Amino acid sequence: MKKISITSDNYEFLEKVKQLSGEPITLCDQCGTCAGSCPMISEMDISPSEMLRLVQLGQEEVLDTKAMWLCASCFTCTVRCPRGLDLSKIAEALRQITLRKAVDQIDIKLISEEELSRLPQIALVSACRKFTG
Amino acid sequence: MNKETSIMDRIADANKSVITGIDAKDIENWVMIHIMGKAYEVPSELTILQAMEYSGYRFIRSCGCRAGFCGACATVYRKEGEYKLHGVLACQTKVEDGMFLVQIPFAPAEKSCYDITVERYDPAVLLKYYPEITRCVSCNTCTKACPQELQIMDYIQSALKGDFEGLADASFDCIQCGLCAIRCPAEIVHYHMAQLGRRMFGKYGIPEELNLKKRVEEIENRVYDEEFQKIMKMAPEDFKTLYVEKQKEREVY
Amino acid sequence: MGADKSSGKLKKIPYYPGCSLKTKSKDFEKSAVAAARILGIELIELPKWNCCGTVFSLAQDDLMHHVAPLRNLLRVQEMNEAGLLEGENRLLTICPMCFNTLKKANQRMRDNPADLETINTFMDAEQDYQGEVEVIHLLELLKERGVAEIKAKVKIPLTALKVAPYYGCMLLRPKDIAIDDPEDPTIQEELLAAIGAQVVENPYKKVCCGSYQTVRNKYTVADLTYDILTHAKKAGAEMITTSCPLCAFNLDDRQKEVTEKYPDFEGIPVCCISQLMLLAFGVNRGGDGFELNYVDPRPLLKRKNLLSGADLKTGAK
Repeated sequence: MKKISITSDNYEFLEKVKQLSGEPITLCDQCGTCAGSCPMISEMDISPSEMLRLVQLGQEEVLDTKAMWLCASCFTCTVRCPRGLDLSKIAEALRQITLRKAVDQIDIKLISEEELSRLPQIALVSACRKFTG
Repeated sequence: MNKETSIMDRIADANKSVITGIDAKDIENWVMIHIMGKAYEVPSELTILQAMEYSGYRFIRSCGCRAGFCGACATVYRKEGEYKLHGVLACQTKVEDGMFLVQIPFAPAEKSCYDITVERYDPAVLLKYYPEITRCVSCNTCTKACPQELQIMDYIQSALKGDFEGLADASFDCIQCGLCAIRCPAEIVHYHMAQLGRRMFGKYGIPEELNLKKRVEEIENRVYDEEFQKIMKMAPEDFKTLYVEKQKEREVY
Repeated sequence: MGADKSSGKLKKIPYYPGCSLKTKSKDFEKSAVAAARILGIELIELPKWNCCGTVFSLAQDDLMHHVAPLRNLLRVQEMNEAGLLEGENRLLTICPMCFNTLKKANQRMRDNPADLETINTFMDAEQDYQGEVEVIHLLELLKERGVAEIKAKVKIPLTALKVAPYYGCMLLRPKDIAIDDPEDPTIQEELLAAIGAQVVENPYKKVCCGSYQTVRNKYTVADLTYDILTHAKKAGAEMITTSCPLCAFNLDDRQKEVTEKYPDFEGIPVCCISQLMLLAFGVNRGGDGFELNYVDPRPLLKRKNLLSGADLKTGAK
């Protein structure tokens, strides 16, 4: 098991995510409802509740996980969280921290011509919003 | 007074390079402009392009047609006490006191390679070559930057809606100066995308122009060879006269 | 509210089509406009509308992405000022992604006057948005028009057709924009019952289809699609309805990928409720618009005697 030590840097990261998401992240008591509701859970490396715990502890390594990029902003966790937390906003905050460093998650120029002619506009617009800075 | 009018008339008339030919003592009105941060006093009647030349800049690029058509002399400026950033063509805009300016001679942008005879007349073609248009946030910065006063944001939206006609109409007067692409927060290259849209619309969206088809056939069948030969043999002065007369006959766009 | 029945005058309401309804999902728009017309409502396309951005920006400090939705709300304000509407402050959406984005942005501006002021100042070429527009969805308007009213227009009840409604996310979540109970929606069921269809309950009706993940992870989306469709089929469904062009893409077009992954999978057609309404109203007997589907619903509809055309092309595209 990994030992975690908390320093002022960790608080800084937590504060940053709190500010970007506007959510009182420390309210989460790890019930796991979000993880149980998430349609993408089987693809994720860490569950939404683990993601939240890492943020609570100010662990910046959460930014290297895949979970936030697999979130489809379906808001299922948001409507079900017994503590009223909006996890979609927290995932968005984590995505934004990376995207604002100009680290894109897709290159639309690399999408095949066949896919580009199949995909509806809303798919591309939303993917650009969620995966490019 | 007479002399002054004539020199200013000459400047206004010519819109030519003014590296030489202006005598400071003939100038009555001066303005102060800042080119790349350095202040210069220049005659107020000059265009930005002329004023830069007057100040000692020599252009080997970004001074194409000097008639507002080629889009090579895009310039951005702010005026003292203003926050607005203006986009203009240096050859078409007179200097004003307190301008802070710089020329943007080139907008780095990739132009996609396509064959419109192969592409299908389907809005998907715009996404295929310029998928970044889906990043538009409707901020309207492009429209505000355009020296041609085109409704650029609207034509990007037309492209997203698959409205080739709206795209072609709204972008028709684009001179491809690139200021929109330089200012866009979504990194769209509006003018290249619009060109693809106009080409597709021209090829598939409107009926074939029969007069043009007829004329091309005539040229290919060498109907005008004799006329061409005649022109080729003309003396330069006679050719100029003929050109001016012919110009008068037709409506200039 | 509703049409003035005595004079036969149509009730005008502005609508926002969105990019996909103008390109890939023309059938959604066409059928919605036609169905509304039969019910006494004239949908007037918003002039000079722009793409709403399709997803509501969730970051607290990000105002830029609310500019696009707000511009569209302004168009409604202008239409009212120009006297083009009779005091109609509602903006109808057909695409749920547009609905969600426009409604959430509107809400944020109402809740945060300082944000609204910042954006109003930024959009210096536009008049100020006053925050008075209401964003609604087509399903809400149809329900408001009334089940009885819809029933009265039905000429060919879809009694033989077993339909599983699919909701997806954007009409139900988050709670504050939901058009129905987010955990137990019934609005589509009510409307489907009104046109005589046999409603099939699908436990996966509000499970996300994967949305924009379709651009990055199309086989993950294919898995979700497989689950959603398989459960609907097990429950007896012959057809799925959805309101969303992106759900429609994931549930219909991605059946190509589903078949690659699960070769035994048999296709099921997906269409929007307004298309079925038109069939029930006895309009579109030829099945126009269905040719845009990946899994062609026309053979099924023909089998159920809901289409009359003898010259129908059959098979998927």
